Amino acid sequence: MSEVKYSKEHEWIKLEGDVATIGITKHATEMLGDIVFTELPEKGSNVEKDGTAGVVESTKAASDVYTPVSGEVVDTNQEIVDDPSKINQDPENSAWFFKLKIKDKSEMDSLMNKDDYDKFAKETTT
Amino acid sequence: METKKTSLYKLHQNCNAKFVEFAGYQMPIQYAEGIVEEHKFTRNHSGIFDVSHMGQLFIYGGDELIKDLEKIFPLDLKNLKLNHSKYSFLMNKDAGIQDDLIITKINEGFLIILNAACKYNDLRILKELLSEKYEMVLDENRSLIAIQGPKSSQILNEVVIGVKDLNFMSGNWFSFEKQKIYITRSGYTGEDGFEISISNDFADKLTRELINKGSKLVGLGARDTLRLEAGLCLYGHDLDKDKTPVEANLKWAISKERISKGDFIGSDIIIKQLNNGVAKIRVGIKPEGRIIAREKTKIFNLSDVHIGEITSGTFGPSVNGPVAMGYVVNQFSKKDTKVFLEVRGKKHAASICSLPFYKKSYVKGAN
Repeated sequence: MSEVKYSKEHEWIKLEGDVATIGITKHATEMLGDIVFTELPEKGSNVEKDGTAGVVESTKAASDVYTPVSGEVVDTNQEIVDDPSKINQDPENSAWFFKLKIKDKSEMDSLMNKDDYDKFAKETTT
Repeated sequence: METKKTSLYKLHQNCNAKFVEFAGYQMPIQYAEGIVEEHKFTRNHSGIFDVSHMGQLFIYGGDELIKDLEKIFPLDLKNLKLNHSKYSFLMNKDAGIQDDLIITKINEGFLIILNAACKYNDLRILKELLSEKYEMVLDENRSLIAIQGPKSSQILNEVVIGVKDLNFMSGNWFSFEKQKIYITRSGYTGEDGFEISISNDFADKLTRELINKGSKLVGLGARDTLRLEAGLCLYGHDLDKDKTPVEANLKWAISKERISKGDFIGSDIIIKQLNNGVAKIRVGIKPEGRIIAREKTKIFNLSDVHIGEITSGTFGPSVNGPVAMGYVVNQFSKKDTKVFLEVRGKKHAASICSLPFYKKSYVKGAN
């Protein structure tokens, strides 16, 4: 049983054992528009909660991708680097960004559940 | 100052436009389908652009006006035929570009299309230069609608019969709902197309008819990717008052006849630069891989010396890769010169390339 949680920076995170899969939400892709470039963290590197862990660019602008939890990058999704449009097509499933071996599960506690995130996303739509 | 709305605002809303404030106007940056789809639809079919924020300046006068305008614009205006258009610039005395524009000879004088962000300043400058001798109307009662792409001629001709016979960079008066509308065969996307000057009260109706015939509204986002692929400059980014037409690699737009005589604003500098060369020049830049180098990205040579800056950069949907242009020190401007672009602290390989990135031939004569 795995639970999906959400950050205020519009990332989703799914924890299975001590490995978290992280991507950006559908709401984020709708705000960004067509994604045409993706940069991911290096495998084996360590990322810190709320730190930058990648970049997505639309035709309009570049946006940082943050990690909602700390950990070691154990896998990255090359498919979204080769074809960034996949992020617009299936952001909360096959177009995940990276997987982390997380250090501290309690970092998950401050994140939002789906209902709270949906409410938050609605409020931040301009 | 309150943000202005164009006469197509409601139609944009109905088409789920995302709006952005641009030069004091609420303008559609994109619609539901998104920039990439809108861009491709324009290249393959036909896109409609609301460019009503741009200035439509009518200046009325005869031979004396032509003489006076030749002191301002580096154009052979006395030989410009009725209903023919030229691309030009409003320069300061140092040949710095204050705006780029399209000027068309009409029966009663000239129609000049100005950039939205510059139009009021242009009017002030021109009034001063022409000493208020001529009637000048920056007409905000008219909308400007562009229709661009290979199917546009056929689509527009179904609504306004006869437009398909216009030659590239020429125009004429036509009629729509008994209204006089002025149409030129021109545009800023690298595609065949038209720009339509029409009374605000009828712009919505005309646009809806074009949509019914199969064209689609396209936002400013795709207009930017289209013009950049076509190697065309955007004022305030690729052009500004610190850059001259020679530095901007636009010397083709300066009349040779006028250069031989000089006597227009900025001509001393232009002639000097044409004879002696320039220190920096605008070039096309193709990043390797997928990295996008945006405006203000620094350009370095192979010895890590800073040689220039990107002025426009994005992802080109038709090129299916990143595209950019910028200014580099002249000695590094040769095609295929290897350079590095600094993006987010890392250097990425790129090369100088010729423009445009995407080429399709404009219609030269009538179909």
